[in-house]
Amino acid sequence: MAERRINVDYLARVEGEGALRVKIKDDRVTDVQLNIFEPPRFFEAFLRGRTPQETVDITARICGICPVAYQMSAAHALEKALGVTPPPGVRALRRLLYCGEYIESHVLHIFMLHAPDFIGHESAISMAGDPAIRPLVEQALRMKKIGNHLVTVIGGREIHPVSACVGGFYRAPRRSELTALVPDLEWALERAVEAVRWAATLDYPDFTADYEFVSLSHPDEYPYNEGRVVSSRGLDIPIEEYERHFLEEHVEHSNALHSRRVGSQTSYMVGPLARVNLNFDRLSPRAKAAAGDIALTLPVRNPFMSLLARGLELVHAYEEALQLIASYVEPVPSRSPIPTPPQAGEGAHATEAPRGLLYHRYAVDAQGLIAAARIVPPTSQNLKRMEDDLWQYVPGVLGLPIEEATLRCEQLVRSYDPCISCATHFLKLDLERE
Amino acid sequence: MSGSEESPPGAGPPATLIIGIGNASRGDDAAGLIAARRIREALLACPDFPDPGRVAVIEQNGEGTALVALWEGARTVILIDAVQSGAAPGSIHRLDARSQPFPAGFRGCSTHAFGVAEAIELARALDRLPPRLVVYGIEGRSFAAGAAPSGAVEAAAWAVVERVLDDAR
Repeated sequence: MAERRINVDYLARVEGEGALRVKIKDDRVTDVQLNIFEPPRFFEAFLRGRTPQETVDITARICGICPVAYQMSAAHALEKALGVTPPPGVRALRRLLYCGEYIESHVLHIFMLHAPDFIGHESAISMAGDPAIRPLVEQALRMKKIGNHLVTVIGGREIHPVSACVGGFYRAPRRSELTALVPDLEWALERAVEAVRWAATLDYPDFTADYEFVSLSHPDEYPYNEGRVVSSRGLDIPIEEYERHFLEEHVEHSNALHSRRVGSQTSYMVGPLARVNLNFDRLSPRAKAAAGDIALTLPVRNPFMSLLARGLELVHAYEEALQLIASYVEPVPSRSPIPTPPQAGEGAHATEAPRGLLYHRYAVDAQGLIAAARIVPPTSQNLKRMEDDLWQYVPGVLGLPIEEATLRCEQLVRSYDPCISCATHFLKLDLERE
Repeated sequence: MSGSEESPPGAGPPATLIIGIGNASRGDDAAGLIAARRIREALLACPDFPDPGRVAVIEQNGEGTALVALWEGARTVILIDAVQSGAAPGSIHRLDARSQPFPAGFRGCSTHAFGVAEAIELARALDRLPPRLVVYGIEGRSFAAGAAPSGAVEAAAWAVVERVLDDAR
């Protein structure tokens, strides 16, 4: 009886640490477990008794890569709870801030974390040591820095921005601060279009699965801050009904909760592939043209090709940032009027973090303090989907030497750009043949 | 694809950059941030410090590519981060990152896929290390979300201030 165990103790190039354990018996996969060890959901308890404005700031610290997403979901949900309507101009500025975060997050993943899997390098550091690839790394650093600048100008700080709040912004940027970024953004837009062409030449593993894609969807714009929750299997609900259709459950092998669809109990996918598949016609003109250039056929059901979806979203983010800056009108006063009445209420909202739908719900008590918080990050929603992918993917790589099979599994998980820091914390990969 | 140099917005970089790294909501991971705040206060209260205007103190969360961009143009960069190497909590390590590769097993406690160690090695591969790069590691034990930093780490964050200022002089 052939029993095999493939172990990877440290899953590299993902945000956070954790473990994946796959057991194989007689060339049959008998178990797949994504193990996450840190006690979950600390932040939800930490937020109780805090003010709404503190909440926007605290949730931003959950993730160093996508603080804007946490701020946006929190601010929108709390505005609903408190009945606050931000003044005109806030909506566009929030989209511009989100463009900056998409640029930072997607450049990091495409070039520094994901690209090594397709070009025979161990890491971005070894890529930098290869004279043929070094220019790509240099360029990626510059593309990312432009996203950092955009977030700094709007958010007040590059990492963990501080200017977004319930009601709008503590300080809106000067028009001149934003227009100074235009030449860099124009340069980066061209590089992003080239990056999509380059990404189309990579050799993606031949694997597809029958996903239910889930994302926000808005009739007029690519989804960042607003929309309905839709799926490729016909779901179309307001955000407030999210918890009636998606549930989180504790699984024995992990401290992170795993999400499923209510009813079917099945997994689903959130993130760039889901967004592009469900909202392709609302991508910016250059992003759609870039997809045409590479003859991209939708829907894309290969998770490794999420790199292409990130590339298209990168083109979109640079192009929309340029449009938003061109039409930006400095608000007067710079500080939004910020009414946060001490009144009880409840509000739920979701925005599209770079890694996928990020749902927040808050109850505020009569003193205006947080009574309850619920946060469902995108990585938790994808965990069960990653396990389902591995059940399907592992049999196809069992003919490979164990190190190669293990690497392929690790690459599959990495293609989701999981943020274990968000979901909880630690992950290790342990592929096991009994 | 091409890759030309661009100018960062704002004034030119300071000659000496002190960067405290960490997450204020994760226990001992706050070590670098606490140290940075104390160094900033010490600089203000230190009239004999030579030309304090050439020194900038920054707090950062350890995202590596942003670090590489931050230290562009600086002559001396001093990083302070929490580490876990198995030493007693509060132990202070000092590394000259220019003269030695960042040691394996001496990783910062950031869970970033691309953190401090990666930033240093990427910058080395790209010839973008600052002329002088000193890394202080403060040994931590508990990195639980929401926990307060331990007494040992608080004490170490005081102890590291003078050493960093000596390096910055």
